[in-house]
Parts: sequence; C-alpha cells; structure tokens
Amino acid sequence: MKDAFGIPQSLLILGGTSEIGLATARRLITRRTRTVWLAGRPSPGLESAATGLRELGADVRTVDFDALDPDAHEAALGKVFAEGDIDMVLLAFGVLGDQSHDENEPGAAVRVAQTNYTGAVSSGLVCARALQTQGHGSLVVLSSVAGERARRANFIYGSSKAGLDAFTQGLGDALYGTGVHVMVVRPGFVRSKMTEGLEEAPLATTPEAVATAIETGLRRRSETVWVPGALRVVMSALRHVPRGVFRRLPL
Amino acid sequence: MPTDTVSVTGWGRTAPTAARLVRPRSYEEAVAAVRECGARGGIARGLGRAYGDAAQNAGGAVFDMTGLDLVHAIDVDGGTVLCGAGVSLHRLMEVLLPLGWFVPVTPGTRYVTVGGAIGADIHGKNHHVSGSFARHVLSFELLTADGQIRMVDRGTPLFDATAGGMGLTGVILTATVRLQPVETSLMSVDTERATDLDDLMARLTATDHRYRYSVAWIDLLARGASMGRSVLTRGDHAPLEALAGRTRARRAPLEFRPGRLPAAPSFVPEGLLGRTTVGLFNELWYRKAPHARVGELQRMSTFFHPLDGVPHWNRVYGRGGFVQYQFAVGYGQEETLRRIVHRISQRRCPSFLAVLKRFGEGDPGWLSFPMPGWTLALDIPANLPGLGGFLDELDEEVAAADGRVYLAKDSRLRPELLTAMYPRLDEFRALRAELDPRSVFTSDLSRRLGL
Repeated sequence: MKDAFGIPQSLLILGGTSEIGLATARRLITRRTRTVWLAGRPSPGLESAATGLRELGADVRTVDFDALDPDAHEAALGKVFAEGDIDMVLLAFGVLGDQSHDENEPGAAVRVAQTNYTGAVSSGLVCARALQTQGHGSLVVLSSVAGERARRANFIYGSSKAGLDAFTQGLGDALYGTGVHVMVVRPGFVRSKMTEGLEEAPLATTPEAVATAIETGLRRRSETVWVPGALRVVMSALRHVPRGVFRRLPL
Repeated sequence: MPTDTVSVTGWGRTAPTAARLVRPRSYEEAVAAVRECGARGGIARGLGRAYGDAAQNAGGAVFDMTGLDLVHAIDVDGGTVLCGAGVSLHRLMEVLLPLGWFVPVTPGTRYVTVGGAIGADIHGKNHHVSGSFARHVLSFELLTADGQIRMVDRGTPLFDATAGGMGLTGVILTATVRLQPVETSLMSVDTERATDLDDLMARLTATDHRYRYSVAWIDLLARGASMGRSVLTRGDHAPLEALAGRTRARRAPLEFRPGRLPAAPSFVPEGLLGRTTVGLFNELWYRKAPHARVGELQRMSTFFHPLDGVPHWNRVYGRGGFVQYQFAVGYGQEETLRRIVHRISQRRCPSFLAVLKRFGEGDPGWLSFPMPGWTLALDIPANLPGLGGFLDELDEEVAAADGRVYLAKDSRLRPELLTAMYPRLDEFRALRAELDPRSVFTSDLSRRLGL
C-alpha cells in the first residue's frame, strides 16, 4: 500500500533498464519500496539493473516484457499482479529513434511509434485494469515535452509521445474515482544514454531530477508533472506561437 | 442492502482507495456482508475518524456500521448500557446524560462509534485514572470470519485481541459498556500556563493525580527558552453544588447542548496553515490563556470536543490532507520526549493541534496503544516537503526508547518497526491466522503494515 505521502511499497517498472525508471526506483527504495519488478527484454543490462537495486535492499525480480509484442502483455503482466498488489506502475520504456534516418526508412519510424505508443497503449490498459481491480495504485507514465508540440527535428518521436500523452490523460479521466491515480510526467531534455551525443537543449535535466519530481508528484497526487517545472510555462508559450514562426525557431 | 463503490480515506484525507461500501442494518445483513465480501475481504468502518487507512480496504468491501445504531438497554441503577456497535458517543451522551451517566472514556471527538472505540482501544483525557475504553467494556458480540456471532467476555484472548485490534478479528455488533456517574453536564476546569517543556512535565507529574481529566496543549513552534510552552487544562465533572448561583444551569443540570459553528468550506487552498499562520495562532492561543484560573465551569463539548464544533474541520488542511503523529514513551524516557519536541520545534513543523498527556497503566489489549508514560500527538500538513523522512527518524527514536506509535492515527509507519513497538504482535498474528485463515478481515492498514 502507498503511505500518506504516496510512496509505494511495491513497484513495477515497464522498461526495466530505463535510467529514469531506475533512478526513481533507487529513490523510492530509500523510502518505503521493498518489492521491485523490472519488466523488459531479457538482457545482461536488465540483470545488472536488478542486481544494482538488490544491493540497496529491495526484493527485485525481472519479468520478460517486450513493448513490440502486445499479445504477450496480458500474460506477462498478469503474472506480476497475481503475485501481489502493485502500488505503482512506472511506464518508462521508449525509444528516441534517429529522425533523419527514420524519415527515409518508414519501417524504422513505425517501430518507434509502436514502441512508444501502441506498446504503451496495450501494457497501460493491462495495468490499468489490474490496478482498478485492486482498488488502489498509481500509474506513472513518462511522456515528454516533445509530445507537446511536434518539432521538425524529431516529429516521429514527438508524435508517438503526443499519442501516449493524450492516451494517458484520457485514461486518467476514465480511472478517476476508482482509487487509481494516473500521472503524466513530461521531462524536457534528460541527460542519459538515450540522448548521448545529442546537442543539449535548454532546461536540460537529469534522471535523478525526474525521480525527485515523480516523488513529489506522488505526494501531491498530481496529474501532470513537468521536469523542470519551468517547462510548463515555456511550453504553454511555445504552444501558442504561430506555425510560420515556430517553424523558423532554432529548436 | 445498499452497496456503492466509493473512494475512501481516513480523517487525514490522504491515500484514497476505492471500495464497495456496504451498510448492514441488521445481524442478518451483517452476516451476509461478511460471507459475500469476496477475495479482497472487508473491514468495519464507523464514522471515519481514524486518521490513516485503518478503515479502508482497496478493491474490497467496507462495512459501514453506522446502520447498527440502536441503544438496546440501559441499566440506570447499575450504570451500564448495551448498544449497537454503530452508536456514536455523541448519541450515547444525548441519551445518557439526562439519566445522570456519562461515557467512561471520550477521545477528542464524540463522533466515534462504540465499535471503533473498542477496535482502536481509544483513550481520553482521563487515561491516567480510567485507562482506555476497553477497560470499561464488559462484553461484546463479534461476528467472525466463519460467519458466526460470538459473545466475547473480558479476560479472554479474543477480547484482548479485539481491543485495539483495528477491526481485524471481526465485526463488533453490540457491546455492553460500564458508565461513569455525573451530577451535571458541566465541567469544572482549572487552567494554567507552563512556560516551557520542563515546567510542563513537572506540573503534570506533581498534580495530575488530583484531576480526573488532564491534557496540555503544547506550542511546538516555540523555540529556545520557551520550547514546549503549554496551556494545561484539567478538571472533573462539576458537582451539583458547584452550580450555586447559576439558576438556569440548576434548572437543568444534566442538559446536553453542544454548540455548533458553520462547517469548514469544501475547498481550502493548500498552505493556508503554514508556519506564519500557525505561529500566529499559537502565540494568540498561549497569550489568551489565563496564567492560572481555578474552577471555571465549561460545557462538556468545550472541554472535551472543541473541534467537533466545526464540522469537517479536517478540510482546513486543503486537498493534500494531513498526517497525525502520536507516539508514547514510557516513564524514564523523558530525554527521548525532550529530544523529539526539540527536533519538531527546530524543524518548524506547522502544528497547531498538539497535545501532551501522561498515560496511566496500560490495558491488556494486544495491540492497545496506551502504555504508562508520556504521549504526544500532533498534526502536520502532509504536503510539507521531507516530512516522510523526518517522521521516520522520529519513529527510530520512539522505537529505540521502547515506545510506540498509535495505529488508529498511523498512515505512514515503516512496517519493520512494528514488532518492536507492539511486542504481542506475534500472538495477534497467530490468533488471526487461526480465526481467519483466509484473511477475510483486511484493511489498507493491515496490508501496509503486514498485521
């Protein structure tokens, strides 16, 4: 069960090697979290992530999960929920893709969309139903500012996150009053291995800062969290910039 | 039987979860509710005054017991009452005061049910004299997980597991309670100020035994030399002769007339109760109290239940709700108490409803909270940054001093500390495993703490 500050005792991370996901897990383990499930494709990276969390004192287990295989989500995640209540699900998987390459290779672009969007729709719905049955829990979804307004430089990734963001908002409204809390997290540029080698955007942040913002959001039972918080103001201004001007902005 | 899926929280309005709310109105309906509560079990709920998640059950059933609200029999000569578990102490006062009887123990609110009073084994300002509520319960009827209704007498293991057992042994249906005789419905109250914590503890130690009721409001924002400054209010039921010269009161000495103010609005901005406002309030509250006043006549509601005058007062903390922290440490652990008060005041927790009290002998309930020693209760807005970690540190101090925190108020304790705080927890678990192997009676509290 979550405590009065929204801190979970059990945590399921979809995308078990996500740096933001693991930073969040580390933070929550120092508070109340004792059971962590890392869902992801079997890999040495997943195992070492599990080992790292075990060293902090948590009971960590891994489960095979592939965002691109939605037919298997029900069975894989059902197994996790059958073992006991999950107080928080963190939907952390996602790929950035390579915009200039993917524009010329539609198949690769579709994989970005399938991972970030349809994979999340399928696993998000499976988790939402399980959380609703247990009558409590938080579903925290990592969206992105890139989904707020599509940019020339990464609109394939941005559009997938836009879909995910809209889906999560709707899901949150659908689950209102069921005891399940749904929270959209919109980080800006996060310095991690996903963005390695890319030019840093203004207001760049770190996985640890996102984890802190998630903890605060849980305490406040927020529905939307921006990281850093100033992005909320920046994006609400950018959203209203005319297309012709927006196109020419060096973003 | 009316059923409804609703979002449920405790009085502190934190951690809402969804449950099917079932309101049985008879024994048959109660038995049916327990038999049909499903895989996620059920838990009894009274008037929802437990601060944390004791009367919540995510995804399962919550039995709203306020439907069993009949006062069945009153022994006017012997001073006992037999009533349904859903009868509130408020209702008992309305019925009993005109007959010259009062409830044996009342907490800071009279809007608690008799069933809840036993389940949390509540205490009041008279604990140092009268002990906790269950000490005055002669017997109760308990609906257990097998659907049977058992008559449980005091002195039996099931009685002691249920007194303070947070509803996890079964659903209390009726109870027989021994009453306290009174001549009037007024209180004779002595008020005095204590300039700091040491002064307060000295005054309480020296003269508490002279009073049936005793409590101290403590200013936890005061620092330095005035750390722990307090207002002591202590008193007893006013005897009839104390009403001399008050003709109106003499005409109806047992009249029960609690005052009532407008309810708190449903929306209050977060952060209304910050350090500045609470600091100001505390300053005024301390200054307005007389240095020493003796024998003031107060209405019962003013003395016992000042907050009941404002319906929904828990809303003043805004949407984020609040956390109530109450712990007890034994006599001889005054250093721990002093250190905790010091840490709270150093941290400037905006707490305006903090009380300190001396407990008397404990009672046999296995998970009953009171123990001989000191207890401090305070409430703090839940959205205060870093509060969780801070309270964890206080827990460590309390546990190291063989103290405990109060489960009826808890919403955040670290489960690992529970066995240290409640040494008879293993017996409780064993009895539950035997009586209720399928965990029919389950609450968010029991899930969170692994009770």
